[in-house]
Amino acid sequence: MSMQQTAAVLDRSQTDAAVAVRGVTKIYEGNVKALENMTLDFPRGQLTSLLGPSGCGKTTLLKIIAGLIPATGGEVLVNGRAVKGPGRDRAFVFQDFALMPWATVLRNVGFGLELRGVPQSEREAVSERYIKAVGLSGFEQSFPHQLSGGMRQRVGLARALAVDADVLLMDEPFSAVDEQNRRKFQEDMLALVEQEKKTFIFVTHSIEEAVYVSDKVAVLLPRPSRVSEVIEPKIDRSVSPDAMRRDPDYLDTVERIWTALRTYVE
Amino acid sequence: MHDVFTSKRFLKYFSFAIVFALWEIGGRIPISPAFPTFSATMVALWQMLMDGSMLQAYPETLQPLLIGVAIAATLGIAAGVWMGLSRFGEWLLSPVFIVAQAAPLAALIPLLVLAYGIGLTAKVMVVLIMAMPVIVLNAMSGVRSTNNSLIEMGTAFLGSRKDVITKIILPSASPVIFAGLRLGLSAGFIGAILSELLITPTGVGDLITFNQSRADYARMYAAIFSIIAVAVIALDFLEWIEVRWLRPDRKGAR
Amino acid sequence: MKVMGYELPLMSSLIVWAILWEILGQMDVSILLPPLSAVLVKMVEIIPTQAFLSALAVTARGFLTGTILAALIGVPLGILMGKSIIVDRMLLPWVNMFLSAPLSALVPVLMVLFGIGEQTVIITTLLFAVWIIMLNARAGVMQISPSLVEMARSFGATPWQAFREIYFWAALPEIIAGVRIGLLRAVKGVIIGQLLVSIIGFGRLFELYSTNFLMPHFWAILLVLFFFAFLFAEIFAVLERRVRYYASNRT
Repeated sequence: MSMQQTAAVLDRSQTDAAVAVRGVTKIYEGNVKALENMTLDFPRGQLTSLLGPSGCGKTTLLKIIAGLIPATGGEVLVNGRAVKGPGRDRAFVFQDFALMPWATVLRNVGFGLELRGVPQSEREAVSERYIKAVGLSGFEQSFPHQLSGGMRQRVGLARALAVDADVLLMDEPFSAVDEQNRRKFQEDMLALVEQEKKTFIFVTHSIEEAVYVSDKVAVLLPRPSRVSEVIEPKIDRSVSPDAMRRDPDYLDTVERIWTALRTYVE
Repeated sequence: MHDVFTSKRFLKYFSFAIVFALWEIGGRIPISPAFPTFSATMVALWQMLMDGSMLQAYPETLQPLLIGVAIAATLGIAAGVWMGLSRFGEWLLSPVFIVAQAAPLAALIPLLVLAYGIGLTAKVMVVLIMAMPVIVLNAMSGVRSTNNSLIEMGTAFLGSRKDVITKIILPSASPVIFAGLRLGLSAGFIGAILSELLITPTGVGDLITFNQSRADYARMYAAIFSIIAVAVIALDFLEWIEVRWLRPDRKGAR
Repeated sequence: MKVMGYELPLMSSLIVWAILWEILGQMDVSILLPPLSAVLVKMVEIIPTQAFLSALAVTARGFLTGTILAALIGVPLGILMGKSIIVDRMLLPWVNMFLSAPLSALVPVLMVLFGIGEQTVIITTLLFAVWIIMLNARAGVMQISPSLVEMARSFGATPWQAFREIYFWAALPEIIAGVRIGLLRAVKGVIIGQLLVSIIGFGRLFELYSTNFLMPHFWAILLVLFFFAFLFAEIFAVLERRVRYYASNRT
């Protein structure tokens, strides 16, 4: 392979990636290394999971991509532009929902638009559309404490969708949602990924969840934090969700990741 | 369990009835010449409401109280919020207010009299110093205890520093700030009465000391009864305002 | 706060305020504000005097008697409120009322009932401290996990044993927190009582010094008083953290 060809390949992979992480290092106060020289691409229009045991720096990486915490070294490119802070091109879904308890569902969903100065009537129209999309019609005037964990996270998802960012960053969005609701929610999310044509970056510690929802799973290992492998679950998503969960490919992929991780789960 | 006789409301009034009955019996014996019956106190209260002495006394008492608490609330919340947002503010001011909250500030009253005379200013100052520390410290801890992920959320959705403070930190801190205001108002009432008893007898303090000197104990007790009732009503009112206007989500949650 | 990477101790800003006080005092801004150094000199002078020591003794006696009585009354009543919903519903309205009521208005009544003397001060102190102690003991009992109580019952504990061995210890962190806040209120109560009675303890000294314009004396006593109040609060805060440590292991 000639030099020219290599360059061409690199170029194309860069334009294909909605988010590109280039040699990112994060050292916390007291010389705690959370990430070391991490490089990873997130293809446009796909759902990529960051999977790993606790302490592997997956949430740190997500927050660096979000621009919520600065990287100590390296850079993150979103649509080719370096990240210097939070931006319009990214939206975040929080592990603990981060809903304002004093605001209604309607205001919470429209809060991202409110901060961007969108007039009230306009943002309420957009909010209502996304409240419907996540299946919460009728709860517009409810307060978060009146909703179940699963419903609260749907509010968080609707808020992130409402700002119409290219990239959705989701930090263990289902970890505080109970098992039954989680399955339903995962299925609904797959439909949304299909519909919205956005790039999803999804942090999780559940192997099954990662394999079930992802186009691509980046397996992260701790100490030192690194990408051990990138797996593309080749699962036929045209069948029913239950059939999918019994698919031998699905089960094999879960098994393969578990083998890679098990030594770190002690 | 849903019996009428064990209901919250019934037991509350039943308990009031028992205490007032004991008061009545204690006054009938009498356990002390300076212990009027409940009924005599209520009659005196009614008379004082009708003859205008209450109507004259309360504005006098409430004036330094309201001015003092208003100043304490404005300065205190501003200082407390600043201390909550800035490490330097906390370092500079919080020790002063921590000591002030632990200290018996009433001891400063003689000094305030020397500084400001025996008029309204001294009384306002008494209310102010008694009410302020708890308002400041609550405002600070309210701001500090804002859920970090809510602040991150505001930043992630492109909120400016000002947006994050006004739309997230302040609403989130408002229950703790209001708790501080209630405690401050309660301390302010103590200060207002104390200054009327210690500095110059005016308002309700005058009703208490004047009737005490005349040995008209029914009226003296009635005045005290009324100020406690007014304080309790004022504090409930403050709580009502908070739930009604600031935290609609807590309506009916209680 | 950090200066050049070095974390300044929390209370260190008091030094800044002390220097400011000294400067303002030296500048003679007001006759009411003598320089801090003059106050400290006076403090050393006053502390060994008979007048100060007897005032301190009277105050300490009133404060301790009032607080101990408040704890002896407040803790059992609070535990009872936590256990019995009927007692709770009958007492809670009163506790909430007196917790925020202007208790200074009650002192004149105490003066006519109990005379102008120590008794009135002790009862004032008691009234300032007891309600929050009750409320905290109640809260402490209410958070006890039902399984702990069921465990005691299943092992055949008598009600008295259950009270002594379970309720008291399980509610101890809250009880201590209540006593700590109660102590702070008691300090205020004892001073308010003494100011109004004005012939005993520090109340008498304040009266004496302020009518004679002895500002360094006045400030010296005030600083000693503030220091003791703060010391008490800190000692109990440390105690509370220790108990919390063991309590953090309960669920």
